[in-house]
Order: sequence, then C-alpha cells, then structure tokens
Amino acid sequence: MISNLINRKIFTLLKVQYSNMLEYRVEIALWAISGIIPFFMLNIWTNNNLNQSINISNIMLSRYFLCAFFVRQFSVVWVVFSFEEDTLLGKVSPYLIQPLNPFFRYFAQHIAEQITRFPFAFIISIFFFISNPESIWIPNLGILFLSIISTFLSFLIQFLIQSIVACLCFWTEKASSIERLLFIPTLFLSGLLAPVASFPGYVKSWIYLTPFPYLIDFPANLLSGNPTNIGRGFSMQILWILLLFPVFRKIWSAGTRKYTAMGS
Amino acid sequence: MKKNIIDVRNLSKSFDISSKEPGLKGTIKHFFRRQTKKLKVIKNISFEIKEGEIVGFLGANGAGKTTILKMLCGLIYPSEGSVFVSGNIPYRRKEDFLKNITLIMGQKQQLIWDLPPIESFLLNASIYDLDKLEAKRRIKKLSDMLEIDEELFIPVRKLSLGQRMKSELLAALIHEPNILFLDEPTLGLDINAQRNLRKFLQNYNKETNATICLTSHYMKDITSLCKRVICVDNGSISYDGNLDILLKRLSPVKEILIVCRSEDDAIQLENSGFSVKNKTKNEITIKVENNSIISSLKNILNNFEIEDLYINEPPVDEIIGKILIKKDYDI
Repeated sequence: MISNLINRKIFTLLKVQYSNMLEYRVEIALWAISGIIPFFMLNIWTNNNLNQSINISNIMLSRYFLCAFFVRQFSVVWVVFSFEEDTLLGKVSPYLIQPLNPFFRYFAQHIAEQITRFPFAFIISIFFFISNPESIWIPNLGILFLSIISTFLSFLIQFLIQSIVACLCFWTEKASSIERLLFIPTLFLSGLLAPVASFPGYVKSWIYLTPFPYLIDFPANLLSGNPTNIGRGFSMQILWILLLFPVFRKIWSAGTRKYTAMGS
Repeated sequence: MKKNIIDVRNLSKSFDISSKEPGLKGTIKHFFRRQTKKLKVIKNISFEIKEGEIVGFLGANGAGKTTILKMLCGLIYPSEGSVFVSGNIPYRRKEDFLKNITLIMGQKQQLIWDLPPIESFLLNASIYDLDKLEAKRRIKKLSDMLEIDEELFIPVRKLSLGQRMKSELLAALIHEPNILFLDEPTLGLDINAQRNLRKFLQNYNKETNATICLTSHYMKDITSLCKRVICVDNGSISYDGNLDILLKRLSPVKEILIVCRSEDDAIQLENSGFSVKNKTKNEITIKVENNSIISSLKNILNNFEIEDLYINEPPVDEIIGKILIKKDYDI
C-alpha cells in the first residue's frame, strides 16, 4: 500500500516533469550536443598515439570515449543550480510545506531530462559509428544491464554530492561556487578526459578511493568491454551512496532549520 | 464552544542581518570582516485562533505579519516560545500536519510555468495521496467555485494574473486543508478578480469551516472577510480583537454633510457650537462623536431649515492607514 502510494507519487512526478522537459527539447538537444568532450578527447588521444602508453587499442579507446559520452549524458546533474535559485528567490517555500521532500522534484526533473536526452544521444552515437565504423559493437545483455545500473548509481552519487552542496545555500547563498570547485576533480579524475588507467600507479591507488572514477570511468569501461574490476566498482559506488545519503539527510535537516524563506 | 486550533505563546523570531557601509571602503571592510547583528522581528507575541475563524493580520511593511504566518505554517523555526497548530508543532512538518494546511503567497507561485495548471493539480493530488477520481471531483468542484474552466488546459505562462491566481488557489486547496495561511492573496489583481477571490474564500470558509489567517494591504479584503484582526507593530501585537470595535476606536467621529436652505441658515448652523470641518455657501460639514449622533441629528432637524443631509463614515482605508503609520496613533 505505502509503496504503491510512493510509486504513484514518483510516477506522476516523472510524468509531469517529462511533459515539462519536452517543452525544452531544443535546449536539451543543445545540452546533449554540448556534452561531446569525450569525442574531442578521443581525437587528441588517437592523433598523438597516446593509447599505446596504456596498452589499449584504437577501437577500444573509441568505444571507451563513446561510452563515456553516454554515461555522462545519463548522469549529468545540475540540482545545485536549480535549488540555489529556488531557495534564494523563495520558490522552494511552497514545496517545503508539502508532504514530499522537494529533492524528489529535482530528482524527477533529472530523470525526465535523461529520458528526453536519450533520442539525441542515440542520434549522436549513430553519427559516431558512421565516422568510426570499426568501433561498432553490440554489448551482451548482461553487461548492458550492469552498465545501466552502474550509470544510475553514478548519477545517484553525483546527485547526492550536489544535493549536499546545494543545501549549503541555507548558510552561504552561493553554494554553486563550491560545486564549481568540485567540477575540477570531477573533470580530471572521473575518466571524462582520460581513462583512469592512464594515471601513474601510485596516483591511481588514491583516485580509486575517491568517488570520482566511479562516475564515468567505471561504467564506461564496463559498457565498452575494457578490463575493469566489476566487484570493486559496484562496491565502491554503493559504499559512496551509503556514506553520502546520511550526510545529505543531516545537512538537509540542519539547513531547513536555518531557512529564512527569503524573497517570500 | 469552538476549540482553539492555533495556540501561540510568547513567540519570538530573530534573524541575523549583515550590514555594509556604503562605498568601496565599506565593501572592502565587509569582505574581510562581516558585521552581523541579531534583529528581533517578532517579539514575544501570544494569541489563539479558533476553528473556523477568519483572522486578518494588519501592519505596515516589515511589521512582521508574514514572518508570523511563516512560523504558523512551519516554514521557519521560531527562536523562542511555542506554536501549536491543530495540535502539531508546525516546524516539525509532520505529514498529517502538512496535509491539513496550505500557504498561499500572492507574489509566489507553485504552478509549473510551462505546463497547463491541470498538470500541477494532478501532481499535487498525487503528493497529497488523492486517488484519481477524487482528484478529478475536487478539481471540478473548485474550478466551478473559482469559475475557471478552459484555463485549466492553457500553459500557465499564457494565463492572466487573475487566472493564474485562481489556479494557484486551486492547486493550494486541492487537498481541502482545514487551515489556510494567505499572504497577500489579492496582490496585483483587478477589482473584479479581488471581489471574486473574496467571495470564493467566504464560501470556502462557510462550506468547510476552515480557519483562515490572512494578511493583505487591500483593506477591502480585511473588512469583507475578517471579523477579527491582529495588528502587528514592529514585531509586537498592538491590537487583537473585533474589527468593528477597532474602527470605532480609531474613528470616534462621523461626518455629517448638511445642505441648508440658504447661506444664512448655514452661517447660523456654523455658529451653533458644532465642530465644523468645512463650509461652502449653503453646505456645511460637521464632525459629531459616535455616541451623540442621534441627539445632534434631532437638534439639527428641530432647529434648522435644511434641504438634505448625509452621514459619512470615514473611509476604512484611511482609518486603518493610521495603524500602518507606526506610533502616530495609540490603539
């Protein structure tokens, strides 16, 4: 009964947010196109034969960067910017006195946006295969399923990190600046610019303790068929979610005590 | 006897406010050393509100009316004192409590801007655990009461302010709350839309016995909806009671415009001991205290030749405006 009600709430939220996102389809298409950094990186890697230094073939590298593009498309998070604006303008006030945590709304917005992005990402990947026909491959169903799960877990980690940062705007008003600071390690250590395997051994051992390589590198390696430690990848993703969730709960609870409902 | 649904005891609220001196020097000083001070915006207030009552909160801008509403609905935490709303502590935001209240802010909206209002209504219905049939029944009932129909299917961004406000009300009332907190609900609406909204609120109160706490700068909202008002002055309550008594207290005199048969009669009346406000030819306006209005009228009718006479109540706006000019008037 309770789960039915929750499901209905989430389903309706998703449905409404999806309708809303379709209103912004052009904007979302542009966002999807703007996420082609991995393809630029692929070009840099292959033109300079950098792949030889990490013993990875051109084909596997192409697949890795295509998968990195896909994982990024379905794990991109912007909650900190929406929440900051809504909090500073007082728009979050009506949501705070509804029997549903406002972050469910943002969560549904993200999922709805991902669904809207899918066709655009799919078209971009067709263009990619047209220009790189040797990279075409069909992952087996099991791997595809695990990759979807790991991409979703990656999204959850990023959503939780940004939600924690977003809650800081109860204290500092410009929490998005902190997020911009976090963007630097995310960019370099997540595998978006280079597979984590390309880092020196002692650096890698430290990187694997942070949440960053599990955001892009792990799901992209999994989907592209590059060697990766599946057990460690999933364990670390789940561990980070379990660590971040109570932090979010705590900071949310403390933050709402500080809320002054500015602008309303 | 009706029970108290809102019980506020010694409630205070302070905010940390940072201040900055003007100019570059002030900016640099502010960058390195922020000066903050505690500002007590609500000062030790107490009141009760009974079930089904409509209470208006009056006060100048910044007096603390909206802050009181925010604490009553649980949006912000009080610094001191206690608040109970239908037996709940609002700031704990328990689900049962949240399902029982609503907050409508005239200058804020919860409708999804790019979608028709119906989408927001259905979303709210699911948030408040209403099944589809019940949600549709309530949307129909409320849209009939609010006289909106086609507007339900037009994107919010294309609606007029009045249509949007009606839709906001519908979205906020779909769960049929027992307690309504309304902060300037008629802000920016034209006269007809204001009147319709007031009529709707009166009907809603009559039909559901809902308790309504209202702030508004439109005096018509207060006078047509509220029997009781709470005047807030600089964070404290300066008056809590019947609106009519307040009006009588603030305006103990009525004005009588007398049209005399001739100018001589008007001069005679002017010199007969009445407090004269102004005089033009054969018309004279006098001020008479409320408690001597009948004897004064008898005196005028028996002793002077008059053509016509009008008794004017001072405009409510003008009287209540006196409350808003802080400290100029002793309530």
